[in-house]
Amino acid sequence: MYVVVAGAGKVGANVARSLLRLGHEVTLIEQRRDRFERLEDEFEHQVQRGDATELHVLEHAGLARPPDIVLALTGDDEDNMVICQLAKEKYGVPKVIARVNDPRNQAHFDLLGISPTVCATSSIMALVEHEVPEHDLIHLLELRKENLEIVEVLIDRDSPSAGKRVEGLELPEGARLISVMRDGQAVVAVGSTMLESGDQVLAILEPGKEDELRRVLLRT
Amino acid sequence: MKALIIGCGRVGSSTALQLQSEGWDVVVVDENEDALSRLGDHWPGTFLVGHGIDTDLLREAGIEDADAVVAATDGDNTNIVIGEVAEKRFDVKCVVVRVLDPARAEFYAARGMRTVCPTQTAIDTLLETVRSCEVPVVRTTA
Repeated sequence: MYVVVAGAGKVGANVARSLLRLGHEVTLIEQRRDRFERLEDEFEHQVQRGDATELHVLEHAGLARPPDIVLALTGDDEDNMVICQLAKEKYGVPKVIARVNDPRNQAHFDLLGISPTVCATSSIMALVEHEVPEHDLIHLLELRKENLEIVEVLIDRDSPSAGKRVEGLELPEGARLISVMRDGQAVVAVGSTMLESGDQVLAILEPGKEDELRRVLLRT
Repeated sequence: MKALIIGCGRVGSSTALQLQSEGWDVVVVDENEDALSRLGDHWPGTFLVGHGIDTDLLREAGIEDADAVVAATDGDNTNIVIGEVAEKRFDVKCVVVRVLDPARAEFYAARGMRTVCPTQTAIDTLLETVRSCEVPVVRTTA
């Protein structure tokens, strides 16, 4: 597989190193002179110096072949977006993966149809939510293309939904329960499923409906 | 008529002042608050400090009812992303994006973006001016 990696910071250089170890062909592009010089000994001709949003730099790195995949891993979100657009639309690269540095820019990547993306901050926050018990609604999965998300909710004794059937809940428009986990056993949530204290409930919903769902399941 | 100018350097500030004098309601955004001085001592419009791809800031600047957005920061890619966001998310009808790199300007122009490339303009003008000098052709002898 031929991979072009734009941005040779810690992330880009380590990804390139790992790909090379797996036997793939890699070209790494780095704009900063000091960083490039430090990597030249290790990567030799496989690292090139230049701005990966300039067409002649991309072409020198073989974008016209085109590569099987382009990884936009610079520390600048706008650069990563432009690299992905050029790779996909100008050179017909079949697959791009972009790094999101500032999670607030995620919406821009989505708007431009750049997917998949990886955001370290968002991943860490998702783990924090999962690990810290006071977050009563845990984000498990974001289905970005579908604009849906899957969350987990823990029903406790005081929850208004404890002792009620799913069909008796006034779930918000755009939210459905998927399953109920009780004593290590999961069942698919249907209308007649009774919720009890201690249940772990999975729900699928449109982003932004969390508070409404929380109100119905957890608080009066 | 309302215009948003992102980037208050030489180009952005002059564009803002000119539009304002032509009766536009102008909001200027720049990362650096010192850039306000480029708008003179009596800037009657709004000036906001922040990054031009920050959606909250764009909303605060009134992008939702802007008739025109000019992206003129010193970063080509920042301008391109501002242009995409203004067109696709906020549906602004007149979006003009400054791109210094002629290759990227051409690529985005072909996709329908209104790009302005000062580098290309300079190249064209320089060539035209040299040609207009009518330097006599020197015949080389065989």
